[in-house]
Amino acid sequence: MAGLTLRGIGKTFGDTAVLNNIDLDIADGEFLTLVGPSGCGKSTLLRIIAGLESQDRGSVSIGGTSVDHMRPHERRIAMVFQNYALYPHMSVFDNIALPLTMTRLSLFERLPLMRHLSLRRRRVMDEIAREVRVVAEQLRIETFFHRRPGQLSGGQRQRVALGRAMVRHPQAFLMDEPLSNLDAKLRVHMRGELTELHARLGATMVYVTHDQIEAMTMSDRLAVMDHGEILQLGTPADVYELPATIAVAQFIGSPAINLFPARVGSGGQIELLGRTLPIDVRNAPAPELTIGVRPEAMRIGGGPCTITCRLRRRENLGSESILHFDLVASPEVPVLCRIDNGMPIPEGEVTLAFEPRDCHVFDNNGRRIEVESRNAASRDVRRASEVR
Amino acid sequence: MTTVAAQITPLDAAPPASRQRWIERLAGLGFAAPAFILLVLTNLAPLAALAFLSFTNYELGALDFSFVGLKNFGTALQDPVIRRSVTNTLLYVAIVVPGGVLISLLVAILIHRRKRTRALYEVIYFLPVTSTLIAMATMWQFMLHPTLGLINQALKSLGFAEAAFLSEPRLVIPTLAAIGIWQLVGFNMVLFLAGLSAIPRDLYEAVDIDGASHPIDRFLKVTWPMLGPTTMFVTVTTFITAFKIFDTVAVMTRGGPGGASEVLLYAIYLEGFQYFHMSYAATLTLVFLAFTLVFSVLQTFILDRRVHY
Repeated sequence: MAGLTLRGIGKTFGDTAVLNNIDLDIADGEFLTLVGPSGCGKSTLLRIIAGLESQDRGSVSIGGTSVDHMRPHERRIAMVFQNYALYPHMSVFDNIALPLTMTRLSLFERLPLMRHLSLRRRRVMDEIAREVRVVAEQLRIETFFHRRPGQLSGGQRQRVALGRAMVRHPQAFLMDEPLSNLDAKLRVHMRGELTELHARLGATMVYVTHDQIEAMTMSDRLAVMDHGEILQLGTPADVYELPATIAVAQFIGSPAINLFPARVGSGGQIELLGRTLPIDVRNAPAPELTIGVRPEAMRIGGGPCTITCRLRRRENLGSESILHFDLVASPEVPVLCRIDNGMPIPEGEVTLAFEPRDCHVFDNNGRRIEVESRNAASRDVRRASEVR
Repeated sequence: MTTVAAQITPLDAAPPASRQRWIERLAGLGFAAPAFILLVLTNLAPLAALAFLSFTNYELGALDFSFVGLKNFGTALQDPVIRRSVTNTLLYVAIVVPGGVLISLLVAILIHRRKRTRALYEVIYFLPVTSTLIAMATMWQFMLHPTLGLINQALKSLGFAEAAFLSEPRLVIPTLAAIGIWQLVGFNMVLFLAGLSAIPRDLYEAVDIDGASHPIDRFLKVTWPMLGPTTMFVTVTTFITAFKIFDTVAVMTRGGPGGASEVLLYAIYLEGFQYFHMSYAATLTLVFLAFTLVFSVLQTFILDRRVHY
């Protein structure tokens, strides 16, 4: 196992820049997720680490050694592909054994007829079979060794692909949306298995996904990417609680964060739809601001920060509901609120409230700015209102 | 009251489910009938007529005929011309099938990865397919001319002896086979190109990461197995096309020199349309059909087991 270092990685396809000056340090044994909308450059970055694509600028090192001049297999990394990329004409056993036969047998010993002439081959193949068996037992796939990938279910194929990656004890695992072809239930299951596998192997893993739930649940750290740049790098809690930009705030969290246009009022306090909020802004570059409030931080009732909305529809998720509102002052702004089922569903015009400390304030460039909320005792207010 | 009615008119009382099934079965037959009739008229009836003719002594233009049983088949077995034709045809097929398949595979692999020039090469290799072989045979006749021909000129300038490609008995079938391959490569290449485009790119990437970066490994581990179905199709169609060798023989050699290029289809043509032995020609046609059928079935079964879909 080894850590990875990326320095100043840049890549352009024709006139489009897909990666701009990416710097990233991935620690030994870390599970790092590259997450972002499709086309943000995350897969390209992974392919550059793997050596399947060459960067225009910058360098990649694995375990402290520069690998820029190396072919993919010389980098001693393993990759799990979105479509698994199993060899359809080979048995499960042969699929998993392939990386070992490739490195341990000479070209001569791999040729269709010539291979029977080698005396050494048999011994090497026995050794390989033993190692394949060890990996297969870990993944519980030894029962279908002789089947072909076409005869396996999606989850089983996924395991075989993992086995092929694990068998060579790579320096790092690279995974390109490995769960996106599975159905929802299996995806949740495999998420758990991958997390456990990571804990057991202690392996460095770089994981690419567009699914923010996978990113949040599995990673030690995640890098949110868009337009070929890393917008924010941090632990899942950091990224959720302190999103660095509007784009990050919108991407992480489901349902998506509510965004309201606001401005800095005369006294340095935020004005939202004509009301002054008890939040001081000192370092805004321009008076125009955007306020983000997560749907789970919204509640029905009064408080220091309120907005007036009209209910459009309700999504029942079983244990909770997501209420879709329109802002009365400007109906084109949607407002989402997450409530526990059992709470009464309001009708007509409703006042929604949130705490000043739940506000994410962004400047006119979409960057987060630190603010100071005046009401420190807001938690008690919330409790009181919930009781009411 | 209802039981009485049922006894009087049993048809109406038939359970609706079974009646429904009858109607569906009739409708199904009705839908299948046009295709079946067409198949009988165009394929099966001529085949039956052919089989019928082969048991007679009918000659084109004759007013009557009689049954002769298996006499025609006996004659065919004894006929030195037919024996020669079968051997020549088999030799021709033995050269054209491997040559036509492997060369077109090689060409397809070579031009598959080209970006700007791929279309150009495709057109060049496909040209022989679009041109009629009868017309092209004239060109080959000139190219292969013992003294004036381009090929002999080239051989001479390279220091080799000149060769009479079409009049030397040992050379004539290989020469015709070379022309046959030349005509087939473009078509097979297009099929292989389609097969190559269908191979997912991530398989090559996976094999690259797994350590098979040598071109031979990439070919053996990915390209060749993934082209299995295409190769099988190409081999069978090439085989059938090669078995039907006729036009170059008819135009360029007329079976000569001294019967060295007599082939099965040309023999059938001579018997049927030159000597008017219709019944004998029909017998030979049946033999020809049997050959193609047996070989195609054999190939399909043998290859099918080794091909992954």
